Amino acid sequence: MSDIKEKISQICPSATFTEGETLMVTVDEKDWYPLAKALKETKGLEFDVCSAVVGMDWKDSFGVIYYLTSTSRNWEIIGIKIPIPDRKDPMIHSVSDLWKVCNFQEREVYDFYGIKFINHPDMRRFFLRNDWKGHPLRKDYDADPKLNPVPTEDEKNEDDTVTYVEDEKGKVKAVKGKVFGADEYVVNIGPQHPSTHGVMRFRVSIDGENIKKLDVVSGYIHRGIEKLSESLTYPQILHFTDRMDYMSAHQNRHCLCMCIEKAMGLVVPRRAEVIRVMMDELMRISSHLLAFGCTAMDLGATTAFFYGFREREMILDIFEKTCGARMSMNYNVIGGVIADIHPDFVKDVKELIRIMPDRLKEYHKVFSGNIIAMNRLKGVGILPKKEAINYCITGPSGRGSDWSCDCRKKHPYSIYPELKFDEVLLDGCDSYSRYMVRMKEIEQSCRILEQLVDQIPEGDIRAQVPKIVKLPVGCWYQQVEASRGTFGVYIESDGTKNPYRVHFQSPCFNLVGVMDLTTRGHMIADVITICAALDFVIPDIDR
Amino acid sequence: MEVKIKSMKHEDFKDNEYIDKLVEELNATGANVMVGKLDQLINWGISNSLWPLTFGTSCCAIEFMSLGAARYDMARFGFEVARNSPRQADYIMVQGTIVHRMAPALIRLYEQLAEPKYVIACGGCAVSGGPFKNSYCVVKGVDEILPVDVYIPGCPPRPEAFFYGLMQLQRKIKVQKFFGGVNRQEKIKEFFEKHPEEEGRLG
Repeated sequence: MSDIKEKISQICPSATFTEGETLMVTVDEKDWYPLAKALKETKGLEFDVCSAVVGMDWKDSFGVIYYLTSTSRNWEIIGIKIPIPDRKDPMIHSVSDLWKVCNFQEREVYDFYGIKFINHPDMRRFFLRNDWKGHPLRKDYDADPKLNPVPTEDEKNEDDTVTYVEDEKGKVKAVKGKVFGADEYVVNIGPQHPSTHGVMRFRVSIDGENIKKLDVVSGYIHRGIEKLSESLTYPQILHFTDRMDYMSAHQNRHCLCMCIEKAMGLVVPRRAEVIRVMMDELMRISSHLLAFGCTAMDLGATTAFFYGFREREMILDIFEKTCGARMSMNYNVIGGVIADIHPDFVKDVKELIRIMPDRLKEYHKVFSGNIIAMNRLKGVGILPKKEAINYCITGPSGRGSDWSCDCRKKHPYSIYPELKFDEVLLDGCDSYSRYMVRMKEIEQSCRILEQLVDQIPEGDIRAQVPKIVKLPVGCWYQQVEASRGTFGVYIESDGTKNPYRVHFQSPCFNLVGVMDLTTRGHMIADVITICAALDFVIPDIDR
Repeated sequence: MEVKIKSMKHEDFKDNEYIDKLVEELNATGANVMVGKLDQLINWGISNSLWPLTFGTSCCAIEFMSLGAARYDMARFGFEVARNSPRQADYIMVQGTIVHRMAPALIRLYEQLAEPKYVIACGGCAVSGGPFKNSYCVVKGVDEILPVDVYIPGCPPRPEAFFYGLMQLQRKIKVQKFFGGVNRQEKIKEFFEKHPEEEGRLG
């Protein structure tokens, strides 16, 4: 940790450091781009992953916080805080050329705060309509519904984009451009499309049947969870996590609870930890089963879909017995879990572990070896390891590109360090590898469940938590491995019972960022299979 | 342990003031015997082959998929032919939150449906905005932009609740007036817009 401080001071003498759970470096805007370049490229530092980008409004200034991770330094994570004092026309240099994942992340920050990123190639809004008035996450945002009434007409000029370019004198000017050229043939896919797994919209420019460029239009289910959270208390915001990525409801909520517990200094009873981890793994199996079913269905193999759902119903029954709901379980709470496990829990989980190996064999027989599946998935949607790191593609999709990125191993949390399981890595870098990683992860999740099912200790299910949860002043960042990749929660507290800022760093947000890269040159029908193999959940992207 | 299946009592299932009112209206206005019998035949057909438009925006859509899978099997009721084009569907099942960006697309989909057409609002978000009611860009209930026939509350509703809602829609369809009624809804609306003085004269 200390050598980082020295090295950063050498590059940027004006940087100030705050020790916290992670090192937080504050730099001026003018020093930011050179520092970012040095952090990425200097030997010994090599921060090659940009884990999160958080926009901020500190009332007297705006700001952006970048969380950077260095895979070569044992996944060390640091935060870089860049305040922008100019409230009228906030601007910052874009780093989307260094970390490509920042392309969409910075568009999100622009959408929420109106912070313009200089040299960003495509400075459009991301979630909201281009005729939206105001930037909703600013603290002085006018939420009057008359300003932004429910629209009945489509957006105009959605092809217009802009780049802010700085000349030698430091003066910034806007250069207008178009997303697609006038002679390009653009096909629209979505938002109401059965195979985009929700309400994602792609605009695809094609040459014959081959894809030249794919433009992601998101925000068809943007519900403004981050802004809503700011007006609620900590226990009240928990339920939003279940409704973002509803296929990793337990993991997401686990993450938010852990982040709050970390800030409060709360120790969770062992029984609760074990139950939480078991629920996480059950959720992962159910998610991967759904992914299997949907991949199969998108390729026209409807029978395989029924097979996947047959086992998924068993897991939903386990959830229902213990949590009281099939989906949106609302099970984790600050300090533990909300209710004790059902008497049948152990029996049901054992039954699931018993049948799963046979059922997996059946799936492979039905679908994995199928010639149509192989042809449609193998060699399609190539994502090299280098790009996976640059785009921060975590989870099964990243591991399908041979990138070891399992948060359970890299930033161990809860009781994962005690458990024996393998990180599944495949080096095909294509849709088929991503699909196979999921199937193999089901086996690993069963292995974890097997180790825990007879070892659930007696004791409390919840720690003593004060009636009003208040966090001390400060900021925290917590990551977990959700079903689709690394899910992060950033909380900044000003000491009151409401959070000052909550940011959810969802894995699917990054996944959709590689759609353009992975589909280029492929046939238009392959968009569907690439979508299915990346397996993103739209409400998790849009939040 | 004895297994007890708690099923809904028939009286409770029938307890729906809205449909009682429709029946009363139908009895009051009356119809030609031939037309009435044809109405019944057509309504029987429609109600047993309701084809939904797949319009899932979030969590409720996953429960809808469970509905299609083997365990709940909505094919038993004739709902299984989920269509991807609004031109082939009978009703929109709005599953999930509708936000400002989505609203124009949803309206267009509704307009593309062939008559008779119905809307089901599934889940808290579609009913009223649900947990996201206070958000800056959420439509507070799909009934702000579309006429809704059936509301199914829940977050997400259980598959059984989906069935209950769909069966109430079937009941509604069985008492509707087809000829000169639902098959001409838009024309009737246009006529009254042009001739407001005639309002109330048609049954």
